[in-house]
Amino acid sequence: MTKSRTRSVIWFQGAGCTGCSISLMNSEYPDIQNLLLDELVPGTGLAFRFHATLMGPTGRPALEVLERIPEAQAGEYFLVVEGAIPTAEDGRFGMVGEVPMAERVRALAQKAVAVVALGTCAAYGGIPAGTPNPSGCLGTGAFFRKEGIEVPVVNVPGCPPHPRWFVETMVHLLLFGLPRPEELDEVGRLKSVYQGLIHENCPRRADFDVGRFASAFGQPGCLYELGCKGPYTDSHCPFQRWNGGVNWCIGAGHPCIGCCEPEFPDGMSPFYRKFTAEEAKASYRRNR
Amino acid sequence: MKRIVIDPITRIEGHLRIEIEVEGGVICKARSSGALYRGLEQILVGRHPLDAQKITQRICGVCPVAHSTAASLCLDDALGLRERIPKNGSLLRNLICGANFLHNHILHFYHLTLPDYLDPSALSGDRDLATLADFLSPGGEVYDRRFSQEENRMLFRHYAEALTMRRKAQELVALFGGKVPHDMSIVPGGVTYRPSLGDIEAFRFRLREVRSFIEECYFPDVLLFVKRYSDYFDLGRVGNLLSFGGFPLPKNSQGLGGRLFPAGILLAGRVESLDAEEITECITSSWYEGKEVQHPKDEQAVPKPGKAGAYSWIKAPRYRGEPYEVGPAARIAIGLHLGDEPLKSLANEGLREAGAALKDLSSVAGRHLSRAIEARYLALKMEEWLESLDPDGPVAVPFEIPEKGEGCGLTCAPRGALGHWIRIEEGRIRHYQVVSPTTWNASPRDESGQPGPIEQALEGTRVQSDGLTEAGRIVRSFDPCLACAVQ
Repeated sequence: MTKSRTRSVIWFQGAGCTGCSISLMNSEYPDIQNLLLDELVPGTGLAFRFHATLMGPTGRPALEVLERIPEAQAGEYFLVVEGAIPTAEDGRFGMVGEVPMAERVRALAQKAVAVVALGTCAAYGGIPAGTPNPSGCLGTGAFFRKEGIEVPVVNVPGCPPHPRWFVETMVHLLLFGLPRPEELDEVGRLKSVYQGLIHENCPRRADFDVGRFASAFGQPGCLYELGCKGPYTDSHCPFQRWNGGVNWCIGAGHPCIGCCEPEFPDGMSPFYRKFTAEEAKASYRRNR
Repeated sequence: MKRIVIDPITRIEGHLRIEIEVEGGVICKARSSGALYRGLEQILVGRHPLDAQKITQRICGVCPVAHSTAASLCLDDALGLRERIPKNGSLLRNLICGANFLHNHILHFYHLTLPDYLDPSALSGDRDLATLADFLSPGGEVYDRRFSQEENRMLFRHYAEALTMRRKAQELVALFGGKVPHDMSIVPGGVTYRPSLGDIEAFRFRLREVRSFIEECYFPDVLLFVKRYSDYFDLGRVGNLLSFGGFPLPKNSQGLGGRLFPAGILLAGRVESLDAEEITECITSSWYEGKEVQHPKDEQAVPKPGKAGAYSWIKAPRYRGEPYEVGPAARIAIGLHLGDEPLKSLANEGLREAGAALKDLSSVAGRHLSRAIEARYLALKMEEWLESLDPDGPVAVPFEIPEKGEGCGLTCAPRGALGHWIRIEEGRIRHYQVVSPTTWNASPRDESGQPGPIEQALEGTRVQSDGLTEAGRIVRSFDPCLACAVQ
């Protein structure tokens, strides 16, 4: 089914690793072909206009796309930001087309209908904003507040995000428009996409309840003693699983590292340090 | 003389700026610049050593498994575990890492490279794929497209099929690695996951599908490409090749281990063994302050945006002071001297069918051919490794983190030689350095003015018009990854 109507998407990569793009390409249903070619909801699809990893044009012709769409389609396109925004030293730590990323995002955001901050870097700063944050990286929301830019932002964190979290968020935007405040949690994610602690839905929860804990890698049992951040992390990983549902982090015997929370990485590191009961309780206070 | 800036170079990983000066239809000077600095090596300092294999993966979402492998080898070394990794642990690491190579090579040829050579107008009559034409159109003039309309349509269909196949290769990574990008299970001491018999079967049948695609589409399509562009064995040549080797093999009954890909350097047609102490990084043309030339384990470079005379965030790795190309061409060329029989036979078959010789591998056509040969070889070896797994055997050894220690992990990433160096003090990371494949390939000029491999490959190239077509094709043949080049 080819698209009758489309919404343009400009996918801008800042200080990131392209992992969010690769993760989206790992989507199974819809797959990346569907996302590129088909309607995502009845009657409407996404039209990727700029995506540096996949697009045909390079150099000047690529920049022309980036500069033309905001003029031609002001107030109509979605801006997807992947990666954080370097702000130290006038943005000189990150440049695209000889212009600081910060300036590019500012220009692109001002004419977008909404900004989707994809991945933990774009949502909250993530890995490059880890102490000591050498390039002064900010998440998109924090950057817009600092710059006084008013544009709706929906966060789709995860390092990387599961492709379904992006798809479900885009479907929401296409079908219902911008989220109402009560549809978002305290950290800007759609509740329908994220809410539910990993610990509450974990297949190893029964091990926790009877105190059967793994004490070394590769052992059966709950991974709490090995530093699992499942009691703190809102995500649908336990039932969606990853990469076509073949496995997931805890399924592979590895503790959750809390990659879709704003505290990632500093608040989750050392990744193998056991969380205190107070730290776990803090997550129950949030969003509930 | 005309100065042309190509920024962004799209269809690569990350933020690369290429500047060329064209005079009389020839590129007389080229400059390769990394345009983003995040500072992950700085971010690692002060953290717990075990955080390294999770944080270094976030250097790159295309080849994270190479970093979790290098970081784990590095910590194995620092923790004294190198000789103690159980057989299953080594095999599972290799299977996870190999699967990520397959995803990378398929992605690189079909999705990152081919749009440089295909004509999207061939899709106008194709109801299923016509929407792609607009997105993949170059938006400027492209020279020297040589595929027939029918070949164009076939390759576009394979482009679409390859999207599915690289996804399945990622599912292979996740089956034993938990998820990807950013696998979970590769850790110091081995892996965290003991696969069930069902997982092993699921892996076997997915691998069979991916391997069929490599044999029936990818390799033949690359051969078609190198036949249409046989003169590209002379385009973008470099010469000096280096490999750290990779995929450590478990000890066999005779106690022999070794590596699937041998380590070594190829200098002026001669293979020599590799001495990791001879590696340095130079910051003369890079935006850092500190000692000009240092071994990675001692390096103390401080970022200095706007430093006079510098033009890149990428440092300049050198071996005995010389630039080297790293990547599949280096692995295949060195493997032809030192590798096992299956590797030599697949490499010779590839060269024979392409009508090329070993000395042609360091070129635009040679790099694509090497990647396809490597994918065939790895898929074959992965089937053997899968057969060798002992479903009841241990997958990891336990360990303690020492107060003090030093380690080095040298391995291969899809794009070439990858090294991690760690120093632990008071139980914390005191020093961490990463030298990635694209750091070598896209490096700027060093203290004696020697250009890096991509710069060398561009300089002297005859171009049409502004050189965008040729420069793009040369640069992409290296499969640059800028998030790796500058961490």
